[in-house]
Amino acid sequence: MKMKGAKILLECLKDEGVEVIFGFPGGAVLDIYHELPNYPFKHVLVRHEQGAVHAADGYARATGRVGVALVTSGPGATNTVTGIATAYMDSIPIVVFTGQVPRALIGNDAFQEVDIVGITRPCTKHNYLVKDETQLPRIIKEAFYIARSGRPGPVLVDLPKDVMASTIEFTGYPKSVHLRSYNPHYHPNQKQIKKAAGLIFESKRPLIIVGGGLISSSGCEELLWLARKLKIPVTSTLMGLGAFPGNDPLWLGMLGMHGTYVANMAVNHADLIIAIGIRFDDRVTGRLDSFAPKAKIIHIDIDPTSIRKNVNVDIPIVADCKEALIALKNEIEGYIKEEEDLSERYQSWRDKLDAWNESHPLTYKKSDEVIKPQFVIEKLYELTGGDAIITTEVGQNQMWAAQHFKYLKPRTLLTSGGLGTMGYGFPAAIGAQIAYPDKTVIDIAGDGSIQMNIQELATAVWYNLPVNIVILNNSYLGMVRQWQELFYHKNYSATHLSYNPDFVKLAEAYGAEGYRATRPDEVEKVLVKALNSKKTCVVDMVVEKEENVYPMVPAGASLSEMLLV
Amino acid sequence: MRHTLSVLVEDEPGVLSRVAGLFSGRGFNITSLNVAPTLEKGTSLMTIVTEGDEQIIEQIIKQLRKLITVIKVVDMNSVKRVEREMVLLKVNAQDHYRAEILRIVDIFRCKVVDVSSTEMTIEATGNSEKLSALINLLQKFGIKEIARTGVVAMKRSMQLV
Repeated sequence: MKMKGAKILLECLKDEGVEVIFGFPGGAVLDIYHELPNYPFKHVLVRHEQGAVHAADGYARATGRVGVALVTSGPGATNTVTGIATAYMDSIPIVVFTGQVPRALIGNDAFQEVDIVGITRPCTKHNYLVKDETQLPRIIKEAFYIARSGRPGPVLVDLPKDVMASTIEFTGYPKSVHLRSYNPHYHPNQKQIKKAAGLIFESKRPLIIVGGGLISSSGCEELLWLARKLKIPVTSTLMGLGAFPGNDPLWLGMLGMHGTYVANMAVNHADLIIAIGIRFDDRVTGRLDSFAPKAKIIHIDIDPTSIRKNVNVDIPIVADCKEALIALKNEIEGYIKEEEDLSERYQSWRDKLDAWNESHPLTYKKSDEVIKPQFVIEKLYELTGGDAIITTEVGQNQMWAAQHFKYLKPRTLLTSGGLGTMGYGFPAAIGAQIAYPDKTVIDIAGDGSIQMNIQELATAVWYNLPVNIVILNNSYLGMVRQWQELFYHKNYSATHLSYNPDFVKLAEAYGAEGYRATRPDEVEKVLVKALNSKKTCVVDMVVEKEENVYPMVPAGASLSEMLLV
Repeated sequence: MRHTLSVLVEDEPGVLSRVAGLFSGRGFNITSLNVAPTLEKGTSLMTIVTEGDEQIIEQIIKQLRKLITVIKVVDMNSVKRVEREMVLLKVNAQDHYRAEILRIVDIFRCKVVDVSSTEMTIEATGNSEKLSALINLLQKFGIKEIARTGVVAMKRSMQLV
């Protein structure tokens, strides 16, 4: 059947099962937008293209499906770069469609032309410029396949305007993908699994560290079995929060720069680390040469480049985390003798960890006078019972949200871990709320970072999204100020936000509800109001100005060198 | 250590910049890079000479394999191989130097491919060490221009231990 390129694109997206498109129109994508109303997609009109990509990313993280964004050429395309890099660093499957000037004008510095394929080459898993309209269906099929398979990531497809406007024969969306050079490896090597199981049974002080890779492989059930069956304590990276229930007795809290004392001490004293879907980022390991000094390391990851990139490992297992855990389970079951009481196996190790946790629990100096940001997070957990999707901005708000909220299920914390993108949380919350209209979605924000994408209040209000933004307002770029306090002689250069808008009035101006609390006894009251409201809510929590995030491992120090409260 | 990598890639626009961008973005070195089509339509062979310790080389190979447009990567250091490079040299060749230059050309089994009253252009093929030795020897006459192809490599048919 003969069809316009724009229609072919939308037909392909429909067949791909796309339901939501986050986008912003412009000259180069007018043909697509002209056809869009004839299709059953929910199109979410954002107010800035960065918001579209973060929302698609939030949608992808919350659901596990591929998020889709559609923007115009030139500035529309360049505005997506931060969002794409955010998704790339955290391995989030999204497909971004950008408009491009007509093929004949490419390279001529035409109006709103930019080489977005060139710009995004280092921050996409792969990208395409559609030069031949007959290749459009194949490219779309590949884009979605590449985005979601293997180690997921963002894919960008650049669509010249004349490709969208031309009429060609459309024979249907391809059923399968043929990529000679890309075949992700899912199944673990059985020999490695055998060795890993052997090591686990030899070890006296094993520790499981999980990361975002486990969540994207949907292997959390298998983790539960491994940890609970053998009673092995579990910690996680920021990206792994939610993979293991935060209220389980085996849970140690997050590790790393702002990890708990017990988690970091566990890394230091473990004789075996089972690392699942993590990439040993510098915020996790601290000083590399003193990381896990006594431990052998089993490292499961789907991406071969993650293995031995930062840390030397004893048993690398390149595989899908879930597949590897299933194989490990089958292997381990062979080791377990029926009469054996497994709960005794690592008891003295767990006792040691419990003692560390009791001597140095995660805590803060409480106050009746001024709102402590940690107290706000605790209240949020208490009021929601953990049944919420939390998104965060970046900085102190993110770390407190990671430390003081207990994530009970995977895909309930959406946060920019790798790139550390301020302005991520609110549009990501919009994406999550679009996916789950009935769930409680809360963006834990700072007064600095919320202003990086606050224009999306218009989007949230227009689509009646009951997203809650809880601003931990300390009138500072708090994390930067904390570093200045600790490492730069309290020289608070350019970190005091001496002028902030009135967030309550700002919310109201956008048609959202605004609340403020300035005293601890008001916190619960305003949170209840916001959580019960069916409208977009902004809660301005005026908190302690110079509160620090503790524990803290200074950058470049060993995990055992923690600054405590 | 110096490694020679044979990288078979899909021959499509941007593939060179994907590979080159990977090296620059991750701080890897490229000593030389040679690209040309293969017999199979739609593919090109890149020969990349790079430097790094074992861990870096392992990362480079894995990162290359991760690129969607890269079909195959072989670390030629792990096999018996033939390596060759070609160089064109334009050398000062005043009358009183000519005999000596021609003697060197002879010893190194090079060819003179262009000549004028004051210059000679010499074509030489060999491994990198041989070419460096030749360049060293010719330097005293004054090398006016130099163009090297970078290394190309091929696995030997007989893999003797």
